[in-house]
Amino acid sequence: MSLERIKIAPEMYEIMPPEYQDLVKNATYGNENRGWKDIGTSKELIEEHSLCAGCPESMAFRYILASLPAPEDTVMVGSTGCTSLVFPHVGIHNIHSLFGNQNAIATGLKRALTVRFPGRIKDVVVLAGDGATVDIGLDMTLQAWFRQEKFTTICFDNELYANTGGQESGLMQKGFVAKMAPVGKTFEKVRLPEIARESGCHYVVNCTVSKPNLIEKVIKNAIHIAREIGPTYLQLYTPCILEIGKNSMEGLQEMRDSEKPTERFAYREYISDQAKELLTEMAAKEKERKAEAKRQLASVKA
Amino acid sequence: MSTSYQVLRGPEHFLPPAAASMGIRLPDPGQGHIHGKIVSEEEAMEAAARQFLSAKVPTIFPGPLVLWAWNEKAAHKATAVRHLYETLKASVTSTQQAMLIPMPDYRPKYPKINPEVEINPNHPNLTIWHNKIDACMFVGVHCHQANLSLKIIRGGTDCYTIAMCAQAGHEDAMLSFRDATAEKIMRLADWVKKLKGSVEPPK
Repeated sequence: MSLERIKIAPEMYEIMPPEYQDLVKNATYGNENRGWKDIGTSKELIEEHSLCAGCPESMAFRYILASLPAPEDTVMVGSTGCTSLVFPHVGIHNIHSLFGNQNAIATGLKRALTVRFPGRIKDVVVLAGDGATVDIGLDMTLQAWFRQEKFTTICFDNELYANTGGQESGLMQKGFVAKMAPVGKTFEKVRLPEIARESGCHYVVNCTVSKPNLIEKVIKNAIHIAREIGPTYLQLYTPCILEIGKNSMEGLQEMRDSEKPTERFAYREYISDQAKELLTEMAAKEKERKAEAKRQLASVKA
Repeated sequence: MSTSYQVLRGPEHFLPPAAASMGIRLPDPGQGHIHGKIVSEEEAMEAAARQFLSAKVPTIFPGPLVLWAWNEKAAHKATAVRHLYETLKASVTSTQQAMLIPMPDYRPKYPKINPEVEINPNHPNLTIWHNKIDACMFVGVHCHQANLSLKIIRGGTDCYTIAMCAQAGHEDAMLSFRDATAEKIMRLADWVKKLKGSVEPPK
Protein backbone atom coordinates (compact mmCIF):
# COMPACT_ATOMS: atom_id res chain seq x y z
CA MET A 1 0.00 0.00 0.00
CA SER A 2 1.13 3.53 -0.59
CA LEU A 3 -0.57 6.88 -0.40
CA GLU A 4 -1.54 7.10 -4.06
CA ARG A 5 -3.20 3.72 -3.74
CA ILE A 6 -5.65 4.83 -1.08
CA LYS A 7 -8.00 6.27 -3.67
CA ILE A 8 -11.39 4.90 -4.61
CA ALA A 9 -12.14 4.57 -8.33
CA PRO A 10 -14.52 7.51 -9.03
CA GLU A 11 -17.21 5.26 -10.58
CA MET A 12 -17.26 3.12 -7.46
CA TYR A 13 -17.18 5.86 -4.85
CA GLU A 14 -20.90 6.00 -4.11
CA ILE A 15 -21.25 2.25 -3.62
CA MET A 16 -18.38 2.00 -1.13
CA PRO A 17 -19.51 1.57 2.50
CA PRO A 18 -19.33 4.91 4.36
CA GLU A 19 -16.45 3.86 6.60
CA TYR A 20 -14.21 3.40 3.55
CA GLN A 21 -15.18 6.81 2.17
CA ASP A 22 -14.40 8.24 5.59
CA LEU A 23 -11.06 6.41 5.70
CA VAL A 24 -10.02 8.00 2.41
CA LYS A 25 -11.29 11.48 3.28
CA ASN A 26 -10.52 11.83 6.97
CA ALA A 27 -7.78 9.41 8.00
CA THR A 28 -4.27 10.70 8.65
CA TYR A 29 -2.34 8.67 6.06
CA GLY A 30 0.58 10.74 4.83
CA ASN A 31 0.36 13.33 7.60
CA GLU A 32 3.85 13.82 9.04
CA ASN A 33 2.46 15.28 12.24
CA ARG A 34 0.00 12.52 13.00
CA GLY A 35 -0.28 11.51 16.62
CA TRP A 36 -2.65 10.63 19.44
CA LYS A 37 -4.23 14.09 19.37
CA ASP A 38 -5.87 13.16 16.06
CA ILE A 39 -8.08 10.74 17.97
CA GLY A 40 -11.60 12.11 17.94
CA THR A 41 -10.97 14.62 15.16
CA SER A 42 -10.02 12.35 12.27
CA LYS A 43 -10.90 8.86 11.10
CA GLU A 44 -9.04 6.38 13.25
CA LEU A 45 -7.40 3.27 11.86
CA ILE A 46 -9.23 1.26 14.51
CA GLU A 47 -12.72 2.04 15.70
CA GLU A 48 -14.91 -0.94 16.38
CA HIS A 49 -13.16 -3.85 18.04
CA SER A 50 -14.10 -7.07 19.71
CA LEU A 51 -12.25 -6.64 23.00
CA CYS A 52 -14.03 -6.49 26.35
CA ALA A 53 -15.59 -3.18 27.41
CA GLY A 54 -12.97 -1.02 29.10
CA CYS A 55 -10.03 -3.20 28.05
CA PRO A 56 -6.78 -1.18 28.29
CA GLU A 57 -5.53 -3.07 25.24
CA SER A 58 -8.06 -1.16 23.14
CA MET A 59 -6.62 2.14 24.41
CA ALA A 60 -3.14 0.90 23.61
CA PHE A 61 -4.19 -0.07 20.07
CA ARG A 62 -5.70 3.35 19.47
CA TYR A 63 -2.64 5.24 20.68
CA ILE A 64 -0.22 3.02 18.76
CA LEU A 65 -2.12 3.19 15.48
CA ALA A 66 -2.48 6.95 15.82
CA SER A 67 1.28 7.28 16.42
CA LEU A 68 2.75 5.14 13.63
CA PRO A 69 4.90 7.48 11.53
CA ALA A 70 3.79 6.04 8.16
CA PRO A 71 0.75 3.76 8.44
CA GLU A 72 0.41 3.52 4.66
CA ASP A 73 3.87 1.92 4.53
CA THR A 74 3.63 -0.19 7.68
CA VAL A 75 2.90 -3.88 8.04
CA MET A 76 2.07 -5.20 11.48
CA VAL A 77 2.61 -8.80 12.52
CA GLY A 78 0.38 -10.25 15.22
CA SER A 79 0.06 -13.55 16.97
CA THR A 80 -2.52 -15.61 18.81
CA GLY A 81 -4.13 -13.84 21.74
CA CYS A 82 -6.50 -10.98 22.47
CA THR A 83 -4.61 -8.80 19.95
CA SER A 84 -5.56 -11.19 17.16
CA LEU A 85 -9.21 -10.30 17.77
CA VAL A 86 -8.46 -6.69 16.90
CA PHE A 87 -6.25 -7.01 13.83
CA PRO A 88 -9.11 -7.94 11.47
CA HIS A 89 -10.58 -4.49 12.15
CA VAL A 90 -7.57 -2.24 11.64
CA GLY A 91 -6.93 -0.09 8.57
CA ILE A 92 -3.32 -1.25 8.25
CA HIS A 93 -1.80 -4.22 6.48
CA ASN A 94 -1.24 -7.01 8.94
CA ILE A 95 -0.26 -10.66 9.10
CA HIS A 96 -1.42 -13.16 11.68
CA SER A 97 1.40 -15.58 12.47
CA LEU A 98 1.40 -19.00 14.04
CA PHE A 99 1.49 -18.67 17.85
CA GLY A 100 4.96 -17.47 18.83
CA ASN A 101 6.32 -17.17 15.30
CA GLN A 102 5.76 -13.42 14.95
CA ASN A 103 9.40 -12.31 15.06
CA ALA A 104 10.45 -14.96 12.53
CA ILE A 105 7.64 -13.87 10.18
CA ALA A 106 8.58 -10.22 10.67
CA THR A 107 12.20 -11.01 9.84
CA GLY A 108 11.34 -12.50 6.46
CA LEU A 109 8.81 -9.80 5.78
CA LYS A 110 11.16 -6.93 6.53
CA ARG A 111 13.89 -8.44 4.36
CA ALA A 112 11.48 -9.11 1.50
CA LEU A 113 10.05 -5.58 1.66
CA THR A 114 13.57 -4.12 1.60
CA VAL A 115 14.34 -6.06 -1.61
CA ARG A 116 10.96 -5.43 -3.21
CA PHE A 117 10.84 -1.67 -2.44
CA PRO A 118 14.48 -0.55 -2.44
CA GLY A 119 13.74 3.18 -2.60
CA ARG A 120 11.06 3.22 0.00
CA ILE A 121 10.91 2.89 3.78
CA LYS A 122 8.65 0.06 4.89
CA ASP A 123 8.15 -0.34 8.61
CA VAL A 124 7.43 -3.71 10.19
CA VAL A 125 5.98 -3.73 13.69
CA VAL A 126 5.36 -6.87 15.72
CA LEU A 127 2.56 -6.64 18.25
CA ALA A 128 1.87 -9.69 20.38
CA GLY A 129 0.90 -10.66 23.89
CA ASP A 130 3.22 -11.87 26.63
CA GLY A 131 2.48 -15.53 25.91
CA ALA A 132 3.57 -15.19 22.29
CA THR A 133 6.55 -12.93 23.05
CA VAL A 134 8.01 -14.43 26.20
CA ASP A 135 6.81 -18.02 26.50
CA ILE A 136 5.89 -19.74 23.26
CA GLY A 137 7.82 -17.37 20.98
CA LEU A 138 10.84 -16.53 23.14
CA ASP A 139 13.20 -18.35 20.77
CA MET A 140 12.00 -16.36 17.75
CA THR A 141 11.94 -13.11 19.74
CA LEU A 142 15.54 -13.46 20.91
CA GLN A 143 16.94 -14.78 17.64
CA ALA A 144 15.54 -11.77 15.78
CA TRP A 145 17.24 -9.44 18.26
CA PHE A 146 20.55 -11.36 18.07
CA ARG A 147 20.46 -11.01 14.29
CA GLN A 148 19.85 -7.25 14.62
CA GLU A 149 16.68 -7.37 12.52
CA LYS A 150 15.41 -3.88 11.82
CA PHE A 151 11.90 -3.91 13.21
CA THR A 152 10.07 -3.03 16.41
CA THR A 153 8.67 -5.63 18.79
CA ILE A 154 5.81 -4.52 21.04
CA CYS A 155 4.63 -6.80 23.82
CA PHE A 156 1.20 -6.19 25.33
CA ASP A 157 1.97 -7.47 28.80
CA ASN A 158 -1.17 -8.44 30.71
CA GLU A 159 0.80 -10.84 32.88
CA LEU A 160 -1.17 -13.99 31.98
CA TYR A 161 -2.93 -15.86 29.18
CA ALA A 162 -6.10 -13.79 29.18
CA ASN A 163 -8.33 -15.05 26.43
CA THR A 164 -8.00 -18.69 27.41
CA GLY A 165 -9.14 -18.07 30.96
CA GLY A 166 -6.10 -16.96 32.97
CA GLN A 167 -3.16 -19.36 32.84
CA GLU A 168 0.26 -18.49 34.22
CA SER A 169 2.71 -16.76 31.88
CA GLY A 170 6.39 -15.96 32.22
CA LEU A 171 5.57 -12.28 32.71
CA MET A 172 3.12 -12.95 35.54
CA GLN A 173 4.31 -11.57 38.89
CA LYS A 174 5.55 -13.97 41.53
CA GLY A 175 2.83 -15.20 43.86
CA PHE A 176 -0.08 -14.15 41.65
CA VAL A 177 -3.05 -16.53 41.75
CA ALA A 178 -5.05 -16.72 38.53
CA LYS A 179 -8.23 -18.60 37.69
CA MET A 180 -6.30 -21.35 35.98
CA ALA A 181 -3.16 -21.06 38.11
CA PRO A 182 -4.59 -21.66 41.61
CA VAL A 183 -1.32 -22.48 43.33
CA GLY A 184 0.21 -19.07 42.57
CA LYS A 185 3.29 -18.35 40.52
CA THR A 186 6.43 -19.65 42.14
CA PHE A 187 9.13 -17.72 40.27
CA GLU A 188 9.82 -14.08 39.42
CA LYS A 189 8.45 -12.18 36.45
CA VAL A 190 10.85 -12.70 33.52
CA ARG A 191 13.01 -9.60 33.11
CA LEU A 192 12.52 -9.27 29.39
CA PRO A 193 13.44 -5.56 29.09
CA GLU A 194 16.86 -6.38 30.56
CA ILE A 195 17.14 -9.45 28.33
CA ALA A 196 16.23 -7.28 25.33
CA ARG A 197 19.00 -4.84 26.16
CA GLU A 198 21.57 -7.63 26.49
CA SER A 199 20.29 -9.27 23.29
CA GLY A 200 21.07 -6.22 21.19
CA CYS A 201 17.95 -4.05 21.21
CA HIS A 202 18.86 -0.39 20.72
CA TYR A 203 15.79 1.04 22.39
CA VAL A 204 13.89 -0.64 25.19
CA VAL A 205 10.99 0.80 27.17
CA ASN A 206 8.91 -0.71 29.95
CA CYS A 207 5.78 1.28 30.85
CA THR A 208 1.98 1.31 30.99
CA VAL A 209 -0.34 2.85 28.40
CA SER A 210 -1.90 5.35 30.79
CA LYS A 211 -0.29 8.37 29.08
CA PRO A 212 -1.02 8.75 25.36
CA ASN A 213 1.67 11.39 24.76
CA LEU A 214 4.28 9.07 26.24
CA ILE A 215 3.10 6.18 24.07
CA GLU A 216 3.28 8.38 20.99
CA LYS A 217 6.85 9.35 21.83
CA VAL A 218 8.08 5.82 22.49
CA ILE A 219 6.35 4.39 19.41
CA LYS A 220 7.89 7.01 17.14
CA ASN A 221 11.33 6.61 18.72
CA ALA A 222 11.17 2.81 18.50
CA ILE A 223 10.15 2.80 14.85
CA HIS A 224 12.68 5.41 13.72
CA ILE A 225 15.50 3.65 15.56
CA ALA A 226 14.46 0.28 14.10
CA ARG A 227 14.47 1.77 10.59
CA GLU A 228 17.98 3.14 10.86
CA ILE A 229 19.87 1.07 13.41
CA GLY A 230 18.40 -2.21 14.65
CA PRO A 231 15.83 -3.96 16.83
CA THR A 232 13.73 -2.11 19.41
CA TYR A 233 11.45 -3.45 22.12
CA LEU A 234 8.50 -1.97 24.00
CA GLN A 235 6.84 -3.76 26.90
CA LEU A 236 3.50 -2.12 27.60
CA TYR A 237 1.30 -3.02 30.54
CA THR A 238 -2.25 -3.62 29.32
CA PRO A 239 -3.92 -5.30 32.32
CA CYS A 240 -6.69 -7.79 31.74
CA ILE A 241 -9.37 -6.30 33.94
CA LEU A 242 -11.42 -9.48 33.94
CA GLU A 243 -8.61 -11.73 35.06
CA ILE A 244 -7.43 -9.47 37.88
CA GLY A 245 -10.94 -8.92 39.23
CA LYS A 246 -11.48 -5.31 38.17
CA ASN A 247 -14.44 -3.78 36.39
CA SER A 248 -14.58 -1.87 33.11
CA MET A 249 -13.84 1.53 34.61
CA GLU A 250 -10.80 0.48 36.61
CA GLY A 251 -8.26 -0.29 33.88
CA LEU A 252 -6.73 3.19 33.83
CA GLN A 253 -6.36 3.35 37.62
CA GLU A 254 -4.77 -0.10 37.63
CA MET A 255 -2.14 1.15 35.17
CA ARG A 256 -1.54 4.33 37.19
CA ASP A 257 -1.09 2.28 40.34
CA SER A 258 1.37 -0.03 38.59
CA GLU A 259 3.61 2.72 37.24
CA LYS A 260 4.50 4.31 40.58
CA PRO A 261 8.28 4.55 41.12
CA THR A 262 8.54 1.39 43.20
CA GLU A 263 6.17 -0.67 41.08
CA ARG A 264 6.98 -3.14 38.32
CA PHE A 265 5.86 -0.82 35.50
CA ALA A 266 7.68 2.30 36.65
CA TYR A 267 8.98 3.92 33.45
CA ARG A 268 12.28 2.32 32.45
CA GLU A 269 14.15 3.11 29.28
CA TYR A 270 17.38 1.98 27.67
CA ILE A 271 18.84 3.74 24.62
CA SER A 272 22.07 2.64 22.96
CA ASP A 273 24.69 5.30 22.15
CA GLN A 274 23.99 4.95 18.43
CA ALA A 275 20.28 5.40 19.04
CA LYS A 276 20.91 8.42 21.27
CA GLU A 277 22.82 10.08 18.42
CA LEU A 278 19.98 9.39 16.04
CA LEU A 279 17.37 10.81 18.41
CA THR A 280 19.47 13.95 18.92
CA GLU A 281 19.77 14.40 15.15
CA MET A 282 16.05 13.85 14.71
CA ALA A 283 15.23 16.36 17.44
CA ALA A 284 17.46 18.97 15.78
CA LYS A 285 15.81 18.37 12.41
CA GLU A 286 12.36 18.59 13.95
CA LYS A 287 13.27 21.88 15.61
CA GLU A 288 14.52 23.23 12.30
CA ARG A 289 11.37 22.05 10.52
CA LYS A 290 9.15 23.81 13.05
CA ALA A 291 11.21 26.99 12.88
CA GLU A 292 10.96 26.94 9.09
CA ALA A 293 7.19 26.45 9.26
CA LYS A 294 6.96 29.39 11.66
CA ARG A 295 9.05 31.57 9.33
CA GLN A 296 6.85 30.66 6.38
CA LEU A 297 3.71 31.42 8.36
CA ALA A 298 5.13 34.79 9.39
CA SER A 299 6.02 35.65 5.78
CA VAL A 300 2.51 34.74 4.60
CA LYS A 301 1.01 36.97 7.28
CA ALA A 302 3.32 39.82 6.33
CA MET B 1 -7.79 -36.34 -17.23
CA SER B 2 -11.50 -36.77 -17.92
CA THR B 3 -14.07 -36.14 -15.22
CA SER B 4 -17.80 -36.48 -14.78
CA TYR B 5 -17.83 -33.73 -12.15
CA GLN B 6 -19.68 -30.55 -13.05
CA VAL B 7 -19.52 -27.21 -11.28
CA LEU B 8 -23.24 -26.61 -10.80
CA ARG B 9 -25.49 -24.40 -8.70
CA GLY B 10 -25.50 -25.37 -5.02
CA PRO B 11 -26.17 -25.85 -2.31
CA GLU B 12 -23.70 -28.64 -2.90
CA HIS B 13 -22.90 -29.38 0.70
CA PHE B 14 -21.08 -27.85 3.63
CA LEU B 15 -17.59 -28.34 2.22
CA PRO B 16 -17.75 -28.74 -1.55
CA PRO B 17 -14.56 -30.10 -3.09
CA ALA B 18 -12.19 -27.74 -4.89
CA ALA B 19 -13.21 -28.15 -8.52
CA ALA B 20 -9.53 -28.56 -9.50
CA SER B 21 -9.30 -31.62 -7.28
CA MET B 22 -12.24 -33.11 -9.20
CA GLY B 23 -10.43 -32.79 -12.52
CA ILE B 24 -11.86 -29.47 -13.72
CA ARG B 25 -9.21 -27.61 -15.68
CA LEU B 26 -8.78 -23.97 -16.55
CA PRO B 27 -9.47 -22.54 -20.02
CA ASP B 28 -6.67 -21.55 -22.39
CA PRO B 29 -6.47 -18.00 -23.78
CA GLY B 30 -9.52 -17.23 -25.93
CA GLN B 31 -11.62 -19.74 -24.04
CA GLY B 32 -13.89 -19.82 -21.02
CA HIS B 33 -15.55 -22.60 -19.11
CA ILE B 34 -19.18 -23.35 -18.33
CA HIS B 35 -19.80 -25.80 -15.47
CA GLY B 36 -16.24 -27.03 -16.00
CA LYS B 37 -16.56 -27.63 -19.74
CA ILE B 38 -14.18 -25.64 -21.91
CA VAL B 39 -15.98 -23.43 -24.45
CA SER B 40 -15.08 -20.52 -26.69
CA GLU B 41 -15.05 -17.10 -25.09
CA GLU B 42 -18.00 -15.93 -27.18
CA GLU B 43 -20.07 -18.89 -26.04
CA ALA B 44 -19.23 -18.04 -22.44
CA MET B 45 -20.15 -14.38 -23.05
CA GLU B 46 -23.57 -15.33 -24.36
CA ALA B 47 -24.20 -17.78 -21.52
CA ALA B 48 -23.16 -15.21 -18.90
CA ALA B 49 -25.45 -12.57 -20.40
CA ARG B 50 -28.34 -15.07 -20.41
CA GLN B 51 -27.72 -15.92 -16.77
CA PHE B 52 -27.80 -12.25 -15.84
CA LEU B 53 -30.98 -11.57 -17.78
CA SER B 54 -32.82 -14.58 -16.41
CA ALA B 55 -31.96 -13.92 -12.76
CA LYS B 56 -34.21 -12.19 -10.24
CA VAL B 57 -31.31 -10.35 -8.62
CA PRO B 58 -28.33 -10.31 -10.99
CA THR B 59 -25.41 -8.84 -9.08
CA ILE B 60 -21.87 -7.72 -9.78
CA PHE B 61 -19.35 -7.99 -6.95
CA PRO B 62 -16.36 -5.74 -7.75
CA GLY B 63 -13.30 -6.52 -5.61
CA PRO B 64 -10.36 -4.41 -4.43
CA LEU B 65 -8.57 -4.59 -7.78
CA VAL B 66 -11.27 -2.48 -9.43
CA LEU B 67 -12.73 -0.57 -6.48
CA TRP B 68 -9.46 1.14 -5.67
CA ALA B 69 -7.73 3.30 -8.26
CA TRP B 70 -4.39 1.46 -8.04
CA ASN B 71 -3.39 2.54 -11.54
CA GLU B 72 -4.84 3.59 -14.87
CA LYS B 73 -5.72 0.04 -15.86
CA ALA B 74 -7.74 -0.44 -12.67
CA ALA B 75 -9.55 2.85 -13.26
CA HIS B 76 -10.49 1.75 -16.81
CA LYS B 77 -11.80 -1.54 -15.49
CA ALA B 78 -13.87 0.28 -12.88
CA THR B 79 -15.43 2.36 -15.66
CA ALA B 80 -16.19 -0.81 -17.64
CA VAL B 81 -17.74 -2.53 -14.60
CA ARG B 82 -19.94 0.50 -13.98
CA HIS B 83 -20.97 0.44 -17.65
CA LEU B 84 -21.85 -3.25 -17.41
CA TYR B 85 -23.96 -2.56 -14.31
CA GLU B 86 -25.80 0.35 -15.93
CA THR B 87 -26.44 -1.77 -19.04
CA LEU B 88 -27.73 -4.61 -16.92
CA LYS B 89 -29.97 -2.27 -14.94
CA ALA B 90 -31.41 -0.90 -18.16
CA SER B 91 -31.91 -4.37 -19.64
CA VAL B 92 -33.82 -6.16 -16.88
CA THR B 93 -37.55 -6.00 -16.31
CA SER B 94 -39.30 -4.34 -13.38
CA THR B 95 -39.53 -7.68 -11.58
CA GLN B 96 -35.76 -8.00 -11.56
CA GLN B 97 -33.25 -5.99 -9.54
CA ALA B 98 -29.69 -5.53 -10.73
CA MET B 99 -27.20 -4.83 -7.94
CA LEU B 100 -23.61 -3.66 -7.61
CA ILE B 101 -22.20 -4.63 -4.20
CA PRO B 102 -18.55 -3.97 -3.33
CA MET B 103 -15.96 -6.21 -1.69
CA PRO B 104 -13.64 -3.40 -0.50
CA ASP B 105 -11.10 -5.67 1.19
CA TYR B 106 -10.69 -9.12 2.68
CA ARG B 107 -10.81 -8.39 6.42
CA PRO B 108 -13.02 -10.93 8.18
CA LYS B 109 -14.95 -8.13 9.93
CA TYR B 110 -16.12 -10.10 12.90
CA PRO B 111 -18.55 -10.04 14.58
CA LYS B 112 -20.68 -8.91 11.64
CA ILE B 113 -20.82 -7.22 8.26
CA ASN B 114 -23.64 -5.23 6.79
CA PRO B 115 -24.87 -7.50 3.96
CA GLU B 116 -26.93 -4.71 2.45
CA VAL B 117 -23.89 -2.66 1.49
CA GLU B 118 -20.99 -5.06 1.11
CA ILE B 119 -19.81 -8.62 0.61
CA ASN B 120 -16.96 -10.23 2.49
CA PRO B 121 -15.00 -13.18 1.07
CA ASN B 122 -15.05 -14.99 4.40
CA HIS B 123 -18.83 -15.24 4.53
CA PRO B 124 -20.20 -14.25 1.11
CA ASN B 125 -23.30 -16.38 1.71
CA LEU B 126 -24.63 -13.73 4.15
CA THR B 127 -24.83 -11.07 1.44
CA ILE B 128 -26.29 -13.55 -1.05
CA TRP B 129 -28.94 -14.80 1.35
CA HIS B 130 -29.86 -11.33 2.57
CA ASN B 131 -30.37 -9.86 -0.91
CA LYS B 132 -31.73 -13.11 -2.43
CA ILE B 133 -29.07 -12.95 -5.14
CA ASP B 134 -29.44 -15.74 -7.70
CA ALA B 135 -26.68 -14.84 -10.19
CA CYS B 136 -23.46 -12.99 -9.48
CA MET B 137 -20.20 -12.05 -11.12
CA PHE B 138 -16.88 -11.59 -9.34
CA VAL B 139 -14.49 -9.10 -10.89
CA GLY B 140 -11.27 -7.69 -9.45
CA VAL B 141 -10.98 -10.16 -6.58
CA HIS B 142 -7.58 -11.72 -5.89
CA CYS B 143 -7.40 -15.41 -6.88
CA HIS B 144 -7.25 -17.02 -3.46
CA GLN B 145 -10.10 -14.98 -1.99
CA ALA B 146 -12.24 -15.50 -5.11
CA ASN B 147 -11.78 -19.27 -4.96
CA LEU B 148 -12.58 -19.30 -1.26
CA SER B 149 -15.78 -17.28 -1.80
CA LEU B 150 -16.86 -19.22 -4.87
CA LYS B 151 -16.60 -22.46 -2.93
CA ILE B 152 -18.56 -21.08 0.02
CA ILE B 153 -21.28 -19.83 -2.33
CA ARG B 154 -21.45 -23.15 -4.14
CA GLY B 155 -21.58 -24.97 -0.82
CA GLY B 156 -24.31 -22.98 0.88
CA THR B 157 -26.44 -21.14 -1.68
CA ASP B 158 -28.19 -21.71 -5.01
CA CYS B 159 -26.58 -18.63 -6.59
CA TYR B 160 -25.08 -18.96 -10.07
CA THR B 161 -21.46 -17.75 -10.04
CA ILE B 162 -19.54 -16.10 -12.85
CA ALA B 163 -15.87 -15.13 -12.59
CA MET B 164 -14.43 -12.35 -14.74
CA CYS B 165 -10.85 -13.25 -13.93
CA ALA B 166 -7.79 -11.22 -14.92
CA GLN B 167 -5.53 -14.26 -14.69
CA ALA B 168 -6.18 -17.87 -15.77
CA GLY B 169 -9.83 -18.24 -14.71
CA HIS B 170 -11.57 -19.93 -11.78
CA GLU B 171 -12.52 -23.61 -11.73
CA ASP B 172 -14.77 -23.02 -8.75
CA ALA B 173 -17.07 -20.65 -10.62
CA MET B 174 -19.92 -22.07 -12.69
CA LEU B 175 -18.82 -19.91 -15.58
CA SER B 176 -15.43 -18.32 -15.93
CA PHE B 177 -13.60 -15.96 -18.24
CA ARG B 178 -9.87 -15.40 -18.20
CA ASP B 179 -7.51 -12.50 -19.04
CA ALA B 180 -10.20 -9.96 -18.19
CA THR B 181 -9.69 -6.46 -19.55
CA ALA B 182 -11.89 -3.38 -19.68
CA GLU B 183 -12.68 -4.23 -23.31
CA LYS B 184 -13.79 -7.74 -22.38
CA ILE B 185 -16.13 -6.40 -19.70
CA MET B 186 -17.55 -3.95 -22.27
CA ARG B 187 -18.10 -6.87 -24.65
CA LEU B 188 -20.12 -8.64 -21.99
CA ALA B 189 -22.20 -5.46 -21.63
CA ASP B 190 -22.75 -5.55 -25.41
CA TRP B 191 -23.98 -9.15 -25.11
CA VAL B 192 -26.42 -8.13 -22.37
CA LYS B 193 -27.72 -5.32 -24.58
CA LYS B 194 -27.95 -7.64 -27.59
CA LEU B 195 -29.97 -10.28 -25.70
CA LYS B 196 -32.22 -7.76 -23.94
CA GLY B 197 -35.84 -8.82 -24.39
CA SER B 198 -34.98 -12.21 -25.86
CA VAL B 199 -34.42 -14.00 -22.53
CA GLU B 200 -37.44 -14.98 -20.50
CA PRO B 201 -37.41 -13.10 -17.19
CA PRO B 202 -37.87 -15.08 -13.97
CA LYS B 203 -41.39 -15.76 -12.73
